[in-house]
Amino acid sequence: MASSGKSAAVKASEPPAELVRESLVLNNRSLGWITNAIAGVCEKPMPIWWWPAFIVSVGGMLTMFSLIAYLVSTGVGVWGLNHPAAWAWDITNFVFWIGIGHAGTLISAVLFLLRQKWRTSVNRAAEAMTIFAVACAGIFPVFHTGRVWFALLPGYLLPAPNANAIWPQFRSPLLWDVFAVSTYGTVSLLFWYVGLIPDLATLRDRSKGVMRRFFYGLFSLGWTGSNRHWSNYEKAYLLLAGLSTPLVLSVHSIVSFDFAVSVVPGWHTTIFPPYFVAGAIFSGFGMVLTLLIPLRSLFKLEDIVTLRHVDLMCKVLLATGSIVGYAYGMEFFIAWYGGSPYELYAFKNRAFGPYWWSYWAMISCNVISPHFFWFKKLRTSVVFVWIVSIFVNIGMWFERFVIIVTSLHRDYLPSSWGYFTPSWVDIMTFVGSFGLFMTLFLLFIRFLPVIAISEVKGVTPQADPHHPLGGAKGHH
Amino acid sequence: MNSNRSKPHGLLAEFHTAADIFEAAMRCRDAGFTKWDVYTPFPIHGMDEAMGLRKSPVGWFTFCGGFTGFFTGMTMIWYMNKFDYPLVVGGKPLFTPLYAFPVSYEMTILLSAFGTLFGMFFLNQLPKFYNPLFKNERFKKSTDDRFFLCIEATDPKFGTDVTRTFLTEKCHAAVVELVED
Repeated sequence: MASSGKSAAVKASEPPAELVRESLVLNNRSLGWITNAIAGVCEKPMPIWWWPAFIVSVGGMLTMFSLIAYLVSTGVGVWGLNHPAAWAWDITNFVFWIGIGHAGTLISAVLFLLRQKWRTSVNRAAEAMTIFAVACAGIFPVFHTGRVWFALLPGYLLPAPNANAIWPQFRSPLLWDVFAVSTYGTVSLLFWYVGLIPDLATLRDRSKGVMRRFFYGLFSLGWTGSNRHWSNYEKAYLLLAGLSTPLVLSVHSIVSFDFAVSVVPGWHTTIFPPYFVAGAIFSGFGMVLTLLIPLRSLFKLEDIVTLRHVDLMCKVLLATGSIVGYAYGMEFFIAWYGGSPYELYAFKNRAFGPYWWSYWAMISCNVISPHFFWFKKLRTSVVFVWIVSIFVNIGMWFERFVIIVTSLHRDYLPSSWGYFTPSWVDIMTFVGSFGLFMTLFLLFIRFLPVIAISEVKGVTPQADPHHPLGGAKGHH
Repeated sequence: MNSNRSKPHGLLAEFHTAADIFEAAMRCRDAGFTKWDVYTPFPIHGMDEAMGLRKSPVGWFTFCGGFTGFFTGMTMIWYMNKFDYPLVVGGKPLFTPLYAFPVSYEMTILLSAFGTLFGMFFLNQLPKFYNPLFKNERFKKSTDDRFFLCIEATDPKFGTDVTRTFLTEKCHAAVVELVED
């Protein structure tokens, strides 16, 4: 075969200097430096701050589990929800957490298909966030059923007949949601694990301790970095990315069907699926920034997760935040243009009714805050971005609260109007779910590589056999 | 370590740059070796062509998984809601592929993902915890910043001395011999 001819063709197509892209890893770091910097995070003892953070998080997690035990042993009455707002904090929290997960899949799958190489520095942590967020999300719909054993036992959610031989009812979006969320959690976990295998092998080859060598060895499955393996691996990775993309779009669409398929004013709208998906990505990128900005500086990873990454993620916030703002406006337009007095009332009631404060909290956090990111100076100021990302998180929680509670508390008949207030159990269970999330995330930092080592190496010039830094000689 | 009773596994050549291993892989391919492989810390772009590998067949496993998932979903819902215990809910039809679609769609993706993962494991013969390569201390760098090429002793063109000369002189690599127990 004419291998030398092929190399010559590659050489000839070298781009002019002004079109050469800036390196994704700054300061021209070597492959060995990348391994040491990332693997070093989980090999060295954790810094001092990790322990108080971990203890507080575990405390939150235990609070949540105790309150769930209290709920199951006493009844759903310990929560504030009641007729007419039979879904309130629980489902708000569910949609909030499941939405956060979407940024992880967007970064890992959609940006992979779009050949956005910058994703390699952030995808591992974002995927971890996805899985932990789905774990937090799953708790709320399961336990809002109260007598949870009826939900988990056959007949209601699982496809098996109940005591009267009746099967689950597949016409209901609530059952679609069970399949969507459980598939999402499982596929996200598989995708994450596939990405981890080569990095676990790196940790296996570096580890000194017996326990670490055993567990990294076990989970890296005997990975050698063989190119015959890489060939199948890369195809599998591409296919998983291709599968996760329609999956992530379907998950929040189906979550939105939980609302849109009903005939409640404020819920019964066709705009919901795209609106929910955009909101999910918006909230998820908010959470990614909230987690990664401290992480990159605490572990000195600024050369890998660079300001350019922060800048690009802010642009995603700006784009999805604008879609969300547009959807808020469009909902009002349709409520007026649709001519249904109930629909129009539902929207007037959102903005100016008893829950006006939640509506305006949502608007100020979600509609106003992303528009600061039109300015590059603000997109690259990490402290500012971090503060805005917190507002995005708050705003997106309020969005779900607004959609769920303000639509339910007043529908057709004024005789069935009410006002929902959360109980302390509601509030502390939600606060505790952050404890679970942070506990899992801190353990992830402690034991696993927070950045995809092999993928980051793959996008450096050193990895390119046709680049001078990859060892290519000028003459062929 | 290199006792007389041990069977040779092959020759392991170490390289420092992506370009060096890329070139060595093309030479090995052109020399007509069949039982050989390169080991790199990350997938090198174009290495499949440099080695002369065929396209990965993982996609077939994905397809079989997805096909099974979709039809399992549809059949399950038809069986449960129309055949085994027909129950009219909200005046809707007992079965139509429309309402069965979302669940079947999720099942398609779920089983495609499992098909992809286990197909990849099957094709790569993973997990495989014993590997003569792991006995070489240098080989630990293959997941860090070094690149290795191993020609196995079972290759019909393999001859310890000839192949060693090929690797050191044609490919300019440091070469060590690997043994099995």
